[in-house]
Amino acid sequence: MQIKFNQHLLTMKKITLLFTVICLFQILISCKSESETETPVIPEKTTPTPLSWKKPAYFPDPVYDLSKNPLTEEGVELGRFLFYDGILSRTNKIGCGTCHQQQSAFTHHGHDLSHGVDDLLGFRNSPAVQNMAWNTSFFWDGGVHDMDIVPPVPIQNEVEMGEKVGNVIEKLRKTPVAGDAKQVNYPKMFKAAFGTDEINSERMMKALSQFMMTLVSVNSRYDYYKLGDASALTVQEKEGMALFKQNCATCHAGELFTDNSFRNNGLIPNKINDQGRYGITLNEMDRLKFKVPSLRNVGLTAPYMHDGRFYTLQEVLDHYANDKNSSSIDTMHNSPTLDPVLKIAGQKKGIKLSASEKQSIIAFLKTLNDEQFITDKRFSDPGVGTSL
Amino acid sequence: MKFNFSSIYLFLSLIAVSLIFTSCNDNDVVIDPTTTGRIRIEFDNIVGDRDLTLNTANYKNAAGQNFTVSKLNYYISNIKLLMANGSSFTVPQDSSYFLIRESIAASQEVTINNVPAGEYTGVQFIIGIDSLRSASDVSKRKGILDELSGPTNAEGMYWNWNPGYIFLMLEGTSDSASSPNGKIYYHIGGFGGRTEKTLNNIRTAKVDFGGKKAIVTSTLSPEVHLMADVLKIFSGSTQVSFSKNPNVMFQDYSSFIANNYVNMFTLDHIHAD
Repeated sequence: MQIKFNQHLLTMKKITLLFTVICLFQILISCKSESETETPVIPEKTTPTPLSWKKPAYFPDPVYDLSKNPLTEEGVELGRFLFYDGILSRTNKIGCGTCHQQQSAFTHHGHDLSHGVDDLLGFRNSPAVQNMAWNTSFFWDGGVHDMDIVPPVPIQNEVEMGEKVGNVIEKLRKTPVAGDAKQVNYPKMFKAAFGTDEINSERMMKALSQFMMTLVSVNSRYDYYKLGDASALTVQEKEGMALFKQNCATCHAGELFTDNSFRNNGLIPNKINDQGRYGITLNEMDRLKFKVPSLRNVGLTAPYMHDGRFYTLQEVLDHYANDKNSSSIDTMHNSPTLDPVLKIAGQKKGIKLSASEKQSIIAFLKTLNDEQFITDKRFSDPGVGTSL
Repeated sequence: MKFNFSSIYLFLSLIAVSLIFTSCNDNDVVIDPTTTGRIRIEFDNIVGDRDLTLNTANYKNAAGQNFTVSKLNYYISNIKLLMANGSSFTVPQDSSYFLIRESIAASQEVTINNVPAGEYTGVQFIIGIDSLRSASDVSKRKGILDELSGPTNAEGMYWNWNPGYIFLMLEGTSDSASSPNGKIYYHIGGFGGRTEKTLNNIRTAKVDFGGKKAIVTSTLSPEVHLMADVLKIFSGSTQVSFSKNPNVMFQDYSSFIANNYVNMFTLDHIHAD
């Protein structure tokens, strides 16, 4: 499938090239028809180049409405620059890519919580920016329902990027700044992406969405197996897959490994006392519920859970099995909203798993790592980012 | 100036009174309902019997706790001018969203054009933004409603993490505040929920002019001077304590504050023109 995906891109490039050649040819023709004494002027290209976006065959239809924001090469490229550029923050140092690093599937590797401007600490673990096209809601509490309004949340959060979007727009308009190490000309890039050099928040968010739309992870070994390569998974991984489907896929459902619901998985609230989804709905039944995350690239996105409390998949599995260090002590937090699948009458809370079953599941989860995704140059920092 | 105004007011009142007595016989003020005029509504923020001064002035709430105010902003929308006979003029919605900011004098005066000539005896408006507009596409929320530029963005009057406007924002300090930094924050919003029903703090204030009239004609442009009393944000059906609730944002308790401030507006006076 992915091969086709790439072939398609290749075809697109060929078409684009062909189109450009035709355009140039037409310009030459049109120049001839004009007065011979005038200097031929090749008009600046004002129409961005459409970029085809095709969903992987076994993925559901995307949630994002591409008709509102058709992808173009220039729009995606602008989005990539904006994604990595610290100019989005109050200190000009924190970009989206600071806490969403490609090599960790766009999470903040090694950070339970992330530090933003002035080293201020956030209160939730940085989620993966991948396969955003299929998200029905965003963030751990699902407060946002449209990708176009995702970026203002970290930008304007005082402990993340601490900036007003209005100020970002002003700063972008003034680029390139003489003497700056990074000479990015945003008016020019906006013009290439949208036809005029006007910089406004709507265009900025659309460009970021365009880039995020391209962040599709679908080249893991699991995917090769899915596409018919039976040898892509080992015996243990296949066993893990069967166990996973039996024990985990109620919530981590489908090819995106999430049912997009909000659930309380029995974590003992820590000092932050984050109430999760309740903060959005104020519904008592939503207390301590958080969005079920996708498990794609889960082997690369440690630490885990909404507060990053678990550093290994082993700890995660121990939590769900409720048998930390093979203990019989019940460490699953009981509360009225604890998910029913973890609270079966007459049984110890949690999902019963043996040590070897856990190992098989972990082995399977690691087959969801997508090396191509985390090394794809199209998604990489174009040289404007900062990693902390 | 004040004296002059009072004199004019007295004079106009006398004329008005005399008109009442003579109106049975002949109608001196000609109101042609087919014409339109202009009306201004001034939102004058006060604290009890004192004018509101940001940062420097010290006030006391009903519980006797002192406080200062560093910021007071609120939206006024969906304005409706009321008449004695029960009819009314609803200001076209697109022209009916305003952000009143104590720090910007010009923002406190709301001008409504194309008002049908008539005698208006009251006004009603939403404190905040109606749910339909709150949930509408960004393209329908430009100008003062643009959450990503202009005053709404600069003042932080929008919750991006839980999309919706903050209807009323008051920030300041109090010696009684139990918050670590001694600050008080009241960010009151909540339009009822986008995907499921939740907090709804949309409140409609109605101010009756108490027998006074704002007479709009093609030549008369009255100004209605309203007072908004900050003390009423903290008192009324619920007495708000700075020690118990120094920070109220998106939480159930905010409804008590909205129920208080719905009664903060009163008429002070009307300039006839």
